[in-house]
Amino acid sequence: MTIFRRLLLRLGTSLIVLVGVSMLIFCIARVIPGDPARIALGPRATTEQVEQMREALHLNEPLVVQYGLFMRDLARGDLGISLYSKRPVMTDLAEYLPATLELVLLAGLMMVVFGLPLGALSARYRGRWPDHLIRVFSLLTVSAPAFVWAVGLVLVFAYFLPLFPITGRIADTLNIPHLTGFMLIDTLAAGRIDGFISALHHMILPAFALALSGIGQASRLTRSNMISTYEHPSIEMAQAYGFSEARIAQRYAFRPSLIPSLTIIGLDFAALLGNAFLVEIIFAWPGLSRYGVGVILQKDLNAIVGTVLIISATFLIANIIVDFLVSVINPRIRLSENGK
Amino acid sequence: MKRAAYILLTNPLSIIGLLLVGTVFFCAAFAGLVAPYPEHAGAVINFAFANKPPSADYLLGTDVVGRDILSRIIYAYRIALGMGLVVLLIAPPVGVAVGLIAGYLGGRTDFILMRITDIFLSIPPLVLALAIMGVLEPTLLNAMLAVTAMWWPWYARLVYNITRGEKVEGYVLAAEVIGASRTHIMFREILPNCIPAIVTKMTLDFGFVILIASSLSFLGLGVQAPTPDLGSMVSEGTRYLPDSWWMTVFPGLAIVVAVFGFNLIGDALRDVLEPD
Repeated sequence: MTIFRRLLLRLGTSLIVLVGVSMLIFCIARVIPGDPARIALGPRATTEQVEQMREALHLNEPLVVQYGLFMRDLARGDLGISLYSKRPVMTDLAEYLPATLELVLLAGLMMVVFGLPLGALSARYRGRWPDHLIRVFSLLTVSAPAFVWAVGLVLVFAYFLPLFPITGRIADTLNIPHLTGFMLIDTLAAGRIDGFISALHHMILPAFALALSGIGQASRLTRSNMISTYEHPSIEMAQAYGFSEARIAQRYAFRPSLIPSLTIIGLDFAALLGNAFLVEIIFAWPGLSRYGVGVILQKDLNAIVGTVLIISATFLIANIIVDFLVSVINPRIRLSENGK
Repeated sequence: MKRAAYILLTNPLSIIGLLLVGTVFFCAAFAGLVAPYPEHAGAVINFAFANKPPSADYLLGTDVVGRDILSRIIYAYRIALGMGLVVLLIAPPVGVAVGLIAGYLGGRTDFILMRITDIFLSIPPLVLALAIMGVLEPTLLNAMLAVTAMWWPWYARLVYNITRGEKVEGYVLAAEVIGASRTHIMFREILPNCIPAIVTKMTLDFGFVILIASSLSFLGLGVQAPTPDLGSMVSEGTRYLPDSWWMTVFPGLAIVVAVFGFNLIGDALRDVLEPD
């Protein structure tokens, strides 16, 4: 019951924050120097045409009224028309978001699968060579922007050693019916194992490039968490019982360190969503990035506002999910609530 | 302080960091002397030597219009470090003030200031910077503005958390009892205790500012040609992969060298200044 209430509370505050984000981004979009209507119509439009467009876009209303109208439309799922693609912004986002999300989720998974064990190993062999090696590796991974990793991985694993494809989401010869936009799900839904493998094959390199700095981050955090857990009396007790080092590391040191690490990984989703822009460009991944950069260069306000909103919403939802998982895993929260 | 310097100078990793950062600063400061072809920082065209692999004349090769990559990297460091300095001169004071005020005063001020901070923090940093660049002209100054706007909330959060812990400590209560002003307590009593954490964060952030700035220009939203910039050099070079690999690999490595250096120092500083 209380976990449920906690979830509801998180949902509520996130909603408030999201409204705040919409105000912020709306303000940013409206301080644009120059007239959005003029920018949309180009320099050859007549003054009347511009005035008509201003009227249609409610640009002559006070800012508060404009925001109200924007929120009213948003409540109906309408983010306006993109000047860049000439389609509703919602349609564009629905088309590009799944590809980005799929990439980000796989990268997040890689962060957990590689980052946590690396950090645990590092803490277990603290001060010895595996620790030094992992620490330098982790520091290196957070020292390069995602696009540099992407370029490096492409050069090594796609050009020099042609192990992975360079661009695309799936082999061109395969024709998978569009269902969710998530290639891995769509191929499975169509019962095409070959398609699933091909899609995964296309995703590994970009997802890894995206995940690398997160892996370093997760490993550094897990290490420091585990080192402080090692100083806890429970470890001494386990040692006194004569449990093996491996068992102590796994059960008594790693598990409690998992919780703070997971929370931070949730926060790291922000970095993944942002960096996806950089990685997608290198791999020509048909996600939000090309659209996002395109609309920014074109000063397409509706689309800019929509893109930022959808990314922030995704980030907030990811954090609610992580928070929920943590409260389920964490015995302190779980048990205290059952006891109440 | 002496102990900090001693530890920094005896730890091999932080020595490497200091050397890397020192080299980068030196190159940026004396770019005119260090760069083999200082004129190549501008819009020089030299087709006779275009697209040459690394050689004795051009240590890191040349780009598509025949400019020396090494010289351009050295000049690009100027932009990168300048960016880091400006952002770290503006963002931390703003964030620290917000964090101190929200954390010490509490109540409604706390609620409002920290919700505003939350709003900024819930937009992925790069995306916020992108959106701001979206409505502004892509220039160096605007890029600095965009990065600063996304950076202060992190300091607000950091200082807020420390202030909340410190304000119940004995020394703060003592200052309150003798009637010290709130400004005095915040900036003279509490702030000094936040300094170690702030300094560590600033060292690490110098590298991250370079990272974000290069990401912006990689997307074409930062420094514009012909000004040399590490991010735009990588982005330009990707068109000529894999044959002309030096056009992307060296500017990319240049970013790693600078950021890695700052991270090594920041990491060592953290061990010294925040021992727990």
